[in-house]
Amino acid sequence: MDTFVQQLINGLNIGAIYALIALGYTMVYGILRLINFAHGDVYMVGAFAGYFLALSLGLAAAPSFLSLGIVLVGSMLIAAVVGVIIERFAYRPVRKYSRMTTLIMAIGVSLLIENLFVAQIGAAPRAFPDFLGSQSQLPYRLFGNAAISKAQIVIFLVSVALMVLLQWIVYKTKVGTAMRAVSFNLNSAKLMGINTDAIISLTFGIGSALAAAGGVLTAQYNPNIDPLMGILTGLKAFVAAVLGGIGNIPGAVLGGLLIGAAETFVVGYGHHIGIASTYRDAVAFAILILVLLIRPSGLLGSTVQEKV
Amino acid sequence: MPTFIKRILGLVIVVFLLVAVNAWMGREGLFGFGLPYYYAEILNLTGISIILAVSLNLITGFTGQFSIGHAGFMAVGAYASVFMTVYYSDSAEQWLTSLLGATLAQSLVFLGVIIVGALVAALAGLVVGIPSLRLRGDYLAIVTLGFAEIIRIVILNIDRVGGATGFRGRVPPWDGRLIIPAYANFIWIGGFAIITIVVVYNIVNSDVGRALISIREDELASEAMGVNTTRYKVIAFVISSSFAGIAGALFGHFRQFLHTNDFQFIRSIEIIIMIVLGGMGSITGAVLGAIVITILPELLRKLPGDLYGYRLVIYSALLILIMLTRPQGVMGAKEFGISWLKRAQRRPEGDKPIGEKGVPIAQQSTSPNLDQPKEIEHR
Repeated sequence: MDTFVQQLINGLNIGAIYALIALGYTMVYGILRLINFAHGDVYMVGAFAGYFLALSLGLAAAPSFLSLGIVLVGSMLIAAVVGVIIERFAYRPVRKYSRMTTLIMAIGVSLLIENLFVAQIGAAPRAFPDFLGSQSQLPYRLFGNAAISKAQIVIFLVSVALMVLLQWIVYKTKVGTAMRAVSFNLNSAKLMGINTDAIISLTFGIGSALAAAGGVLTAQYNPNIDPLMGILTGLKAFVAAVLGGIGNIPGAVLGGLLIGAAETFVVGYGHHIGIASTYRDAVAFAILILVLLIRPSGLLGSTVQEKV
Repeated sequence: MPTFIKRILGLVIVVFLLVAVNAWMGREGLFGFGLPYYYAEILNLTGISIILAVSLNLITGFTGQFSIGHAGFMAVGAYASVFMTVYYSDSAEQWLTSLLGATLAQSLVFLGVIIVGALVAALAGLVVGIPSLRLRGDYLAIVTLGFAEIIRIVILNIDRVGGATGFRGRVPPWDGRLIIPAYANFIWIGGFAIITIVVVYNIVNSDVGRALISIREDELASEAMGVNTTRYKVIAFVISSSFAGIAGALFGHFRQFLHTNDFQFIRSIEIIIMIVLGGMGSITGAVLGAIVITILPELLRKLPGDLYGYRLVIYSALLILIMLTRPQGVMGAKEFGISWLKRAQRRPEGDKPIGEKGVPIAQQSTSPNLDQPKEIEHR
């Protein structure tokens, strides 16, 4: 039982990060029907933005919640700008073309960001500063042998706060109403006087900021950051978005948590049923295939009739 | 000249060229001129790229089904054939050598394992294709990606083929060949590249090809016209993956070393870039793309100092640039050939209008509509 609770805590922790990234995928897909392959790389950019921000402001030497807060907000802003730039200069010019063109464009942007970072700062992992002090990985006993670390608590609290904030923006503000209108029908929204280009930019900005938060938070848990860290995490987050029902915001959160938990359980319990822990990375894809074959609209998504 | 004489003549010329180029690459060279090993390797890898690009073009360019998992099928073919070579071909080769001599025996064994690789990859294509081809567009792309990753991770967990250390030859309990024999040379690689091109060309210009193109143009309309779309999509998928398996088998016996890192997501993307660059729905375009994408990173190696580190940046910037300026690729859906040159000479202002006599329809309206703005679908 103790191990089960422990695995669940660890799994949901990784899942919370996947959920933050999945939100960006789901929002962009909801509006543009585009799998934003570069989103995983924006997550990486966010982590590095935090890293360089901490170094240049000298915050690495002063670990505190305040430093973490500054780095978090700073990297979110930087990533938001990066996301808006990507949308403006890469996706907007090809938006009128077929979906295959935009998909290839997304892959191209992803490769460009990765290779640019590898060429500029090298492929070797760097150590992200630990803002929570030397005690960050020291676990608090919950009950029995199950425990939760300071870093894990911070990840939970920050990601939940961001998700609530997003929910509030999307459902309670005027901008959020416009976003929902655009995702419902872009052309009608345009006819209703909504500046759709601005709303799409904003969506990219918000999604990228959430991914950057995911990057900085991951780095508090696992401080090794490298330019290719976004590929696999990004793909898994996308799977999370599909699992929850792409275009559906609560679905992305649910999907993220489920993927994180499934992954940890395979590592923890897989050997009992003959699945080696090396299959960890395959779990997300196996789930993806099952979901698409059984219920393509995802857990919370509504079935969409294809238009002719 | 009757067609069959033309064909035999063509075959003789092709075989002669392959043998000559292969001899040129060899240790002794041709007439005292040898090709340095570095260039010979690039030429061989280009041949393998051509097989991959042309076969992917059948499913993505002509049938319009976006697959990001070609490297997975290549991996299946590579590992299956090399597995057969290492563990099961030794005694067969000895027996055949006593009967036919070493060269012929080796060729027969190699042909056998290539066929095994192609069949296993085709089977993988069938297993993946039947469920996933129900899905469309982005979802199909992401499922093929998922399958390719799963294939890679499963291979990584098979100790018999080396697992994470890579497959160089027999592993404990030491019962196979010590190393993978270097069966593949330019005769094999170039030969299979040409076979791939010929087969895909003939498929595209047959009634099956018409069905495939109709699926790409409009799946619903095609289904309404009585085309069994699922069946044709699966056929295209299986043929495409079996050629990827052949490419993998050639790759394994050329490199004499296999590692799952060679078959990652990025490898599939590379093959897609080849056909995107060349033009989807053009065989010559795919060949052109394969040549450029295989040689370009090597050329960029020659860049001075600092710029060398940026070669992959240039490579990806190029992809973005093509998508921005010419999303249908360099060739679009056109084929480059002698008739194209003749036509260009005769009518410098452009192509013939659709349906005009003497121009096969396949060369005209086969563009995947990449160049025409399309409305985004909305709920």
